[in-house]
Amino acid sequence: MTTAPTPVPTPAAADLGGGAGAPGTATPEPLAARSAPTPRRRRGGSRAWLAALPLLVFFAVGFGLPTIAIAIGAFTTSTDSPDGGGAFTTDNLTNSLQGAYWTALFGSIKLSLLTALIGTVVGLPLAQAVVTSRFRMFREAVLSGSGVLANFGGVPLAFMFVATLGNAGEVTKKFGLTKHGWNLYTFTGLSVVYLYFLVPLMILTITPALEGLRVQWREAAHNNRATTFQYWRHVALPVLLPSLLGGFVLLFGASFAAYATAEAMVGSSVPLISMQIGDALSGNVLVGQGNLALALGLDMIVVACLVMAIYLPLQRRSAKWLA
Amino acid sequence: MASLNFQSLGSRIRLGRGLVLLVCGVYFAVPMAASVVFSIDDNKGGTTFRAYTELLNAPGFLDSLSLSLELAAVTVAILLLLLVPALLAARLGAPKLRPVIEVMCSLPLVVPVVALTTGIVGVLRWGPDYLSDTPLFQTIVAIQDPGFPIVLVIAYVLMALPFAYRALDAGLRGVDVVTLVEAARNCGASWPRAVFTVVLPNLRSALLNASVLTVAMVLGEFTTAAILGFQPFSVWISSNGKSDGQMSVAVSILSLLVVWVLLLLMSALGRGRKSART
Repeated sequence: MTTAPTPVPTPAAADLGGGAGAPGTATPEPLAARSAPTPRRRRGGSRAWLAALPLLVFFAVGFGLPTIAIAIGAFTTSTDSPDGGGAFTTDNLTNSLQGAYWTALFGSIKLSLLTALIGTVVGLPLAQAVVTSRFRMFREAVLSGSGVLANFGGVPLAFMFVATLGNAGEVTKKFGLTKHGWNLYTFTGLSVVYLYFLVPLMILTITPALEGLRVQWREAAHNNRATTFQYWRHVALPVLLPSLLGGFVLLFGASFAAYATAEAMVGSSVPLISMQIGDALSGNVLVGQGNLALALGLDMIVVACLVMAIYLPLQRRSAKWLA
Repeated sequence: MASLNFQSLGSRIRLGRGLVLLVCGVYFAVPMAASVVFSIDDNKGGTTFRAYTELLNAPGFLDSLSLSLELAAVTVAILLLLLVPALLAARLGAPKLRPVIEVMCSLPLVVPVVALTTGIVGVLRWGPDYLSDTPLFQTIVAIQDPGFPIVLVIAYVLMALPFAYRALDAGLRGVDVVTLVEAARNCGASWPRAVFTVVLPNLRSALLNASVLTVAMVLGEFTTAAILGFQPFSVWISSNGKSDGQMSVAVSILSLLVVWVLLLLMSALGRGRKSART
């Protein structure tokens, strides 16, 4: 069993899966490290850093400055406040966790948990069905289609659903859904739309793991008279568990950070933290609370950091099985 | 290839697979089909292709599309100019750079786009607040020129870093850059020549991959542009939808299809090259 060759993921699947969000994959260094003669490397060292300098500088300015702006702004008063601005305060942060903002943060977390859970449960069997499909063209069509929906959906997705399930949407009209209490511009409606890009994201994330499930494991289980259910319960799911949890966390993060779909579709009728930030940035805050948006941004980064702190170890664990 | 072995496990698996695919196929096909119907429905029981034929004359459509394409082109150029030298340098001369680049290219994933935009707005506010009588103020005004907002390019390069890095890194893993460069140098090629005529042609599909993903990302990006108040393609779709929903739905379908076909072509191209090599 151990001597059998490992199934190799197709390049398209591997690329798309990585592109959708597989941060921090520790990749082994195959050739470059061993074939480089050491003296040349030492001579080229400073010149090599010079070649990387533009990227380092760009990153320091483009990413560093906004981060500093958030870190400083979240803890200081804004220029429109009575004291003239710049004084240290924790009011921004406390205000960002109160009232409407707290409701929005809570709403975002609730929506993200629900959609991530459904996305994971639906995505797994779908990904398995696609991975084991006999038609190569079909697999590639689904995987690249998933890439489109997961990464570039945004506004187009919102409009598709307004056309389908909105108040004047085709499906709504055909089946008279409004009479049955259907409304797209609610928490439930938004969840349905979010699943439209979260399920594809799950497919992209879990596909490499499913391709790492060896056929021999299934055959071995089968030869030992295990049923399909027993195979999944005792062999496949335990191996997949870290990848599944990682996928769930990633979906949570994607759903939590999503802005375009909700903004284009419902505006602020469903309280979500990303909508509130957009509102606050357009100046829709009380006088003296100009830096509130920065504090909200900080809240969001904290949640996203927690997500990554859970995701990265899980990802490393699942990589062990896929080697 | 794996499916051959599964056949021995009975047709039940295949039945289950078909069922799953059918249910999900319906779930994903219905909104697509309904959108197409919506975009050609004239509300009197007939069909009209007005939304497609009048597209080119729609106010703002061409302007916003060309702005998005310009942004995409500049973003790809800057992204590759920054990332390719750094990645090559990490392979050729300074292995200590690799973890640094990896962390830099993963960080934008941790910070949600909305939060990054918040930070950018914060930085832009420094202009009128603190820097109004320094030359930096002029710079901050200049990068927000609505005709060509450089600030969006900066944001897009940051957002594209993670997947462009992944695409290029995957490409570099398949090529022994060190040996290639040494062979070229031993044959008397200069450094630029070794890079441009030996290394880069070997990375063609990885470069293409990164570029297509970036272009698709820029064309679809909404959050930053909308909050900062610029009018590229996706913002136009959204604002136009308030007056002419039908046309926006039509454009949405078209843009999703175009990106999908681009990605399909890309994966077909990558496969063609791979099979040609073996």
